[in-house]
Amino acid sequence: MGRNTLVFFQDVGGLAILVKRVFLGLPSAFTRSRLTTEQMLLMGVNSLPLIALVSIFTGAVTAVQAVYQISDYVPMRYIGTAVGKAVMIELAPVLTALVVAGRVGAAIAAELGTMKDTEQIDALETLALDPVKYLVVPRFVAGFIMLPVLTIFADTIAILGGLGVSTASLHVSPHVFLNGLKDFFKMMDLTSGLLKAFVFGSIISIIGCYQGFKTTGGAEGVGRSATKAVVISSVLILISDYVVASILFG
Amino acid sequence: MIEIKEVHKSFAQNEVLRGVNLTIQKGETMVIIGRSGCGKSVLLKHIIGLLKPDQGKILVDGEDITSYNDNELNKLRKRFGMLFQASALFDSMSVDENVGLGLREHTDLPETEIKKKVTKTLKLVGLSGIEEKKPAELSGGMKKRVGLARAIAMDPEYVLYDEPTTGVDPIMADVINELIVSCRNALSITSIAVTHDIVSAHKIADRIAMLYEGKIIFIGTPEETKNTDHPVVRQFIEGSAQGPIPAL
Ligand SMILES: Nc1ncnc2c1ncn2[C@@H]1O[C@H](COP(=O)(O)OP(=O)(O)OP(=O)(O)O)[C@@H](O)[C@H]1O
Ligand SMILES: [Mg+2]
Repeated sequence: MGRNTLVFFQDVGGLAILVKRVFLGLPSAFTRSRLTTEQMLLMGVNSLPLIALVSIFTGAVTAVQAVYQISDYVPMRYIGTAVGKAVMIELAPVLTALVVAGRVGAAIAAELGTMKDTEQIDALETLALDPVKYLVVPRFVAGFIMLPVLTIFADTIAILGGLGVSTASLHVSPHVFLNGLKDFFKMMDLTSGLLKAFVFGSIISIIGCYQGFKTTGGAEGVGRSATKAVVISSVLILISDYVVASILFG
Repeated sequence: MIEIKEVHKSFAQNEVLRGVNLTIQKGETMVIIGRSGCGKSVLLKHIIGLLKPDQGKILVDGEDITSYNDNELNKLRKRFGMLFQASALFDSMSVDENVGLGLREHTDLPETEIKKKVTKTLKLVGLSGIEEKKPAELSGGMKKRVGLARAIAMDPEYVLYDEPTTGVDPIMADVINELIVSCRNALSITSIAVTHDIVSAHKIADRIAMLYEGKIIFIGTPEETKNTDHPVVRQFIEGSAQGPIPAL
């Protein structure tokens, strides 16, 4: 077996062990709720401006493109439907997750990586505190809860973006847009997107923490871990997006 | 009592410990000396279970800790305090939170009692009024003393000091030496200290052990260490470039 293959299987094994320990440690998220809330604020509130920016343009672009693609054979009153479904099922969850992976996933890996490198994680252990319960569980729970919340926020902003563009330059009245959105709305559109967000949130925190714990080699190593966390979680987000979609809609 | 028996440890090709044997009696202060990179910090980390030996045993009060699971290790660690060589303060927490972390996590003491205890412990290491500061705002020597306060805040039975006086000024170094001595005398704490500082070693040690090429090559009281004719030990305590230890 090649060296890379070996490393790959070591990582899969290491991740599996980490995931197991996180699940066993989940109750501590309640006993240490302060740590969890702190992470939720960091992850959620601080990501809002960037997600708002990404979402508003996503919604606007989706509206413009939908008009271009469907206007020849579908009445304009379906534009709200097209934007709503594209945003809720796919665009908002995936783009939000990619933004958070870049912002928060990297930050988690860098923070834990620095802690590893400066022996702060060893110090936690000598104080009889489990680093998984103390550091990973709060971040995992925060990711798990905040990603769906951020996704709902992104849904809203993106739909408003689509509505704005439709009204301002595509000659579709708000009334028509909203009716299109409403008439063909299925609960599944929203829930499938939120289910994806749960999965993505878990991926971002776990990969960030795992890369952080694995860090060796000073500032350079910390940088490497942050980059890896972003790349690996982005790839996993796209793969799991496909997997979840296949299961739900396939 | 801590018994280190025939402990071996390698990192990849690098054989760091090659059969270390050392017994630390209850209530004594053992100082481990040795050249930079000889494995002193690695040895300390074995005693508190941060590293597992490739071979050999570590007995604490007769129990082999190398086969402990996480729960057993945590129980053991509550009886230990450790000062890290580079302090390893949690930089997201204030000084107060660093020193009081163990108390807040493992005891039911009310917050006012914890604050009092933190202030008292900081005073022992010659610090006051810095409770709300973050580690990044402290000098290296202050960090070391906060690390020391964190190590002793839970009144441990055993304290492991990794270079307690490195990076602090000579006067503060003596304060720390006296603190270690008084921990032994007043609280009968068992201590293991790693140091290059020969003055400090002589002041705090009941016995001094020298780690060289992965083994303990000498154990003796400070007096015996001063008068030994063991060539390696002589060269080390005299700080000479000439002798059996290759300087470069
Ligand atoms: N986690 C680790 N992974 C790989 N090698 C390590 C690790 N920790 C220590 N080493 C190696 O073990 C050897 C001993 O290191 P150690 O930190 O114990 O030295 P030391 O005696 O404490 O030195 P100093 O007085 O400079 O602190 C060094 O060669 C170091 O490179
Ligand atoms: Mg060292």
